[in-house]
Amino acid sequence: MTDSSAKSGASRRAFLKGAAATGAALGAAGAAHAEGDPLITEVQDWAAGLGDGVDATPYGMPIEFEDHVIRRTVEWLTADTISSINFTPIHALDGTITPQGCAFERHHSGAITLRKEDYRLMINGMVDTPLVFTYEDLERFPRVTRTFFLECAANTGMEWAGAQLNGAQYTHGMIHNMEYTGVTLRTLLEEAGLDAAGDLAGKWVYVEGADASSNGRSIPMEKALDDCMIAFKANGEALRMEHGYPVRLVVPGWEGNMWVKWLRRIEVMDKPVESREETSKYTDTMADGTSRKWTWTMDAKSIITSPSPQMPITHGKGPLVITGLAWSGNGAITAVDVSLDGGVTWQEARLAEPGKPMALSRFYLDIDWDGSEMFLQSRAMDDTGYVQPTKAQLREVRGLNSIYHNNGIQTWHVNAEGEANNVEVS
Amino acid sequence: MSKFPKVLMATALATLTAAPALAEKLGLGRAATEAEVAAWDLDVFPDGSNLPEGSGDVFTGEEVFAEHCAVCHGDFAEGVGNWPKLAGGEDTLADDDPLKTVGSYWPYLSTTFDYVRRSMPFGNAQSLSNDDVYAIVAYILYSNYLVDDDFTLSKETFLDVDMPNADGFFVDDRPETEYPVFTERCMENCKPGAVEITKTVVFKGDPNAGASADEVETSAPAASDEAAAPAVEDAAPVTVAFDAELAEKGEKVFKKCKACHKVGEGAKNGVGPMLNGVWERAAGTVDGFKYSKPMMAAGEDGLVWNAETLSGYLADPRSYLKGNKMSFAGLKKDADIEAVLEFLKSHSQ
Repeated sequence: MTDSSAKSGASRRAFLKGAAATGAALGAAGAAHAEGDPLITEVQDWAAGLGDGVDATPYGMPIEFEDHVIRRTVEWLTADTISSINFTPIHALDGTITPQGCAFERHHSGAITLRKEDYRLMINGMVDTPLVFTYEDLERFPRVTRTFFLECAANTGMEWAGAQLNGAQYTHGMIHNMEYTGVTLRTLLEEAGLDAAGDLAGKWVYVEGADASSNGRSIPMEKALDDCMIAFKANGEALRMEHGYPVRLVVPGWEGNMWVKWLRRIEVMDKPVESREETSKYTDTMADGTSRKWTWTMDAKSIITSPSPQMPITHGKGPLVITGLAWSGNGAITAVDVSLDGGVTWQEARLAEPGKPMALSRFYLDIDWDGSEMFLQSRAMDDTGYVQPTKAQLREVRGLNSIYHNNGIQTWHVNAEGEANNVEVS
Repeated sequence: MSKFPKVLMATALATLTAAPALAEKLGLGRAATEAEVAAWDLDVFPDGSNLPEGSGDVFTGEEVFAEHCAVCHGDFAEGVGNWPKLAGGEDTLADDDPLKTVGSYWPYLSTTFDYVRRSMPFGNAQSLSNDDVYAIVAYILYSNYLVDDDFTLSKETFLDVDMPNADGFFVDDRPETEYPVFTERCMENCKPGAVEITKTVVFKGDPNAGASADEVETSAPAASDEAAAPAVEDAAPVTVAFDAELAEKGEKVFKKCKACHKVGEGAKNGVGPMLNGVWERAAGTVDGFKYSKPMMAAGEDGLVWNAETLSGYLADPRSYLKGNKMSFAGLKKDADIEAVLEFLKSHSQ
């Protein structure tokens, strides 16, 4: 229609604006002035006047300068925004806990508004007494608090076909990590009584949500009794509606689709339902056209969040912090290696703290950047001895038709100017 | 406690470090009634167990499908825009770009029935009778050449249908095929020579750059300026000349719209506003219809529906007016747009 090249140029600039502006400001601040930095030598407004009083924002929001740290979608990936996804701004976060307000969303029939007063949870099927709980009932059971990552099975799915999207947010942002509070699924199943199920080997629970999609999934009884949770708090406060308020299921280490939001029913059964979400979706087609099913676990994976395409190096040569995230659905992260040369040589990064099972780990590698181009890669190891594979290794086993469970090593090409781009390397 | 296998207990206790001690039942909650369980427990299994009473044939299915499903899935279940294709794709699963549909991929018919009954139509789930669900599923099967046109689907015929990809799945074998292989942690000289770039990023900048809001903001007022002028001059009831033959073609195209929009005598608002008199009408002004904020705002800013504005809107509803609530992918062919506009004109006399 109009001049599209001018438009996309502008968009590219807008895209990088946040990072570049920050870099420029910091550069100026660091420069020496003959008379000294006016930010230091002159009395500033904020040092003379008064700031906001308490209660200026009863529920605090990030300061305006951080307004680029937001979830983003890619409009053309899905038919509409109701059954769609967006991405956590992992490029701009640090530490391991994802604030709820920027934790990615994935809905199948939209995020519904469900009051606690209208919430009901049913347990039926092969139980001694089919039960109905209210939200208040759930709060009276013995409680647990634990931290887990949730990764969508389709995270990095676009990248099967090659380097597609330019930013850790878009390639790896379908993940978040929160501290959940709730009741174990085991506690609730015990309350309904499992004698009626007989031998628990080979039994299943079917879980479904209250939204129109219902998003039903079958979970083996062994997992249900092991570590699944019925969560009503995340990071200390009520779940956000987009994450299933008032109650969601937590299925540690397993694909996000199974973490049913607005959980309304748990059924004990002797076979899986084979619902839409476990047959037509969330199955992995191999090169020969046959497909893996029940690929529940999210294997070990890592990503350098900075530098990355949305986080270029703006300070030039010298000290550089390379940082990123690592996680494994099979256990705890034991080590992360970083390569600056596209996987020829590797060095072990620092973990911010010892890895926790099925939760995000933060890693750092502090280097003295000489200003030459880099092919940045990271590689996660977990306590089962698993080493994160390359994309080539995965394609060798699975072919090119897979979508889900892409945990291959990511490469960022960083040029002499410090700009980073998504590439694949030999 | 004794009813849990020992191994399972060991795992559970090891992982749940801070878990509360297992106690006696607390007596919380209340017994579910039979009616409550029946209302929510709609599961249908691959062997057909738990299917409801009822039946539906292909011909009925075609009508019900056109009414409720075709807006997104196409008249022949071929899919509209990015909405799912439900038919086709046979023998493509080993191709580079496999087409996964009910016919080519879904292993069990129960899944289709279960999903249509619980979750469709999109935005109006659980509004269909069981007979209609049977009919829609029968039509989807017919669209995939899996049943003949005289087929009636019911509990009794459910297992007569052969799903082509029923044997196309195997249980996760990563523990055998991948975990033993992905164990090497090479630190030095891991690749021969320097690496080269083999693939560069396809979408270099902001992946949403194509759909800019600027276009919408500038084009809508411009269009309305032109449209507003004649309307002021001509205060008499508007009569719009139209091509009857083209309008008739447009009526066929309008099938894609009519799941949500009613037109003609006695037409009422539905999922979308009724469209009688839409020609030369200001956007967002049909009484009793709850419009999106952007649509109301565009109307207040002077957006009037005419050949130019409707063509733009129908070609790409979402980009034309960002944030409006019409969940329709758009009409791809100019000829279809032209025809449907003529049809709408014919209802604006």
